[in-house]
Amino acid sequence: MKRIILLFSTISFLIACSNVTKKLPILGERSTKDTVMNGKTVTDTIYQTIAPFRYFNQDSILISNTDYDGSIYVADFFFTTCNSICPIMHRNMLTVLDKYKGNKQVKFLSHSIDTKYDLPNRLKKYADKLGIRDNQWQFVHGSRDSIYDISAKNYLVAAYADGAAPQGLVHQGWFVLIDKEKRIRGAYDGTKTDQVTQLMSDMDLLLQEYEQK
Amino acid sequence: MSKNKFAIFCILSTIGIFFYTCQSEEEITYARYYTAGKQLYESKCENCHGHDGAGLTMLYPPLTDTTFLKQNKEKLACYIKNGLQGPIQVSGKNYEGIMPAQATLSDIEIAEIITYITNSFGNKQGFYPYQQVRADLQKCRN
Repeated sequence: MKRIILLFSTISFLIACSNVTKKLPILGERSTKDTVMNGKTVTDTIYQTIAPFRYFNQDSILISNTDYDGSIYVADFFFTTCNSICPIMHRNMLTVLDKYKGNKQVKFLSHSIDTKYDLPNRLKKYADKLGIRDNQWQFVHGSRDSIYDISAKNYLVAAYADGAAPQGLVHQGWFVLIDKEKRIRGAYDGTKTDQVTQLMSDMDLLLQEYEQK
Repeated sequence: MSKNKFAIFCILSTIGIFFYTCQSEEEITYARYYTAGKQLYESKCENCHGHDGAGLTMLYPPLTDTTFLKQNKEKLACYIKNGLQGPIQVSGKNYEGIMPAQATLSDIEIAEIITYITNSFGNKQGFYPYQQVRADLQKCRN
């Protein structure tokens, strides 16, 4: 009998624990800032955020970071002629898009790292073939420096040109989850289905954070 | 009782071994091609055409169109070795991308891939020997 009680209490304890709302970590570098308020020094943590950007999307429209204000988004780096990891990434991204289709708080942003070839008209063709008709998922073209800079410094994804690589370009397949404050809240290997499933449940968690506010 | 069980086990394994060794030469070659083809498919084709051969939207055609595969069977080796530029019609849809060449593949590797593809994803078209691939490749330019 004692054993049963012990088992029962352990189980209920575990169930109770899983109900505690989890919060996603805030990733990237951080610094502190001291401000004096009413004669008291208050220390704030400043988190790394995505720097402002301006890119052309698949409709040749200049979009910027403000288009992503008020929504969480998933960012990645790819190029349209890539036949290594990109097809797997975007097959998986379609699954994520399907789940959040029409949700105004969820957006997607794919940066082309083939800045020479992937001009907006090529991105348009790609998006069309992928079946993307609206702008919940945007494909963007930018200058080589701006794309490589934002990938390395802001989204923390390696992407660079390498003549020795089979297609001349090297990049990682991360899906980076950005919150409404433009902070990094998660990074998931876009080529692995289990990590993409994790991304979706983390997106639910992140959206919950905003519901509670 | 355990003696009986052991006897049954012996009989069953004998029957199993008998059946296994009774596979014809062609069946064994087919199985070998299929297995090797599966591995090659996973490393060379699966990224675009998918684990289940379903392709990806209008970007990459599916490999489930049995009629297409049957009608173009002697061209498949050329497609794989030299690549393919559309437009092509698969499953009633027009695809116009570029499939990259796999020039380093040997005749037997191509035969293995063809055997795997034409016997997976709902296709069942049997064994495709490398001699056939060699003959197909000589007719590519036409």
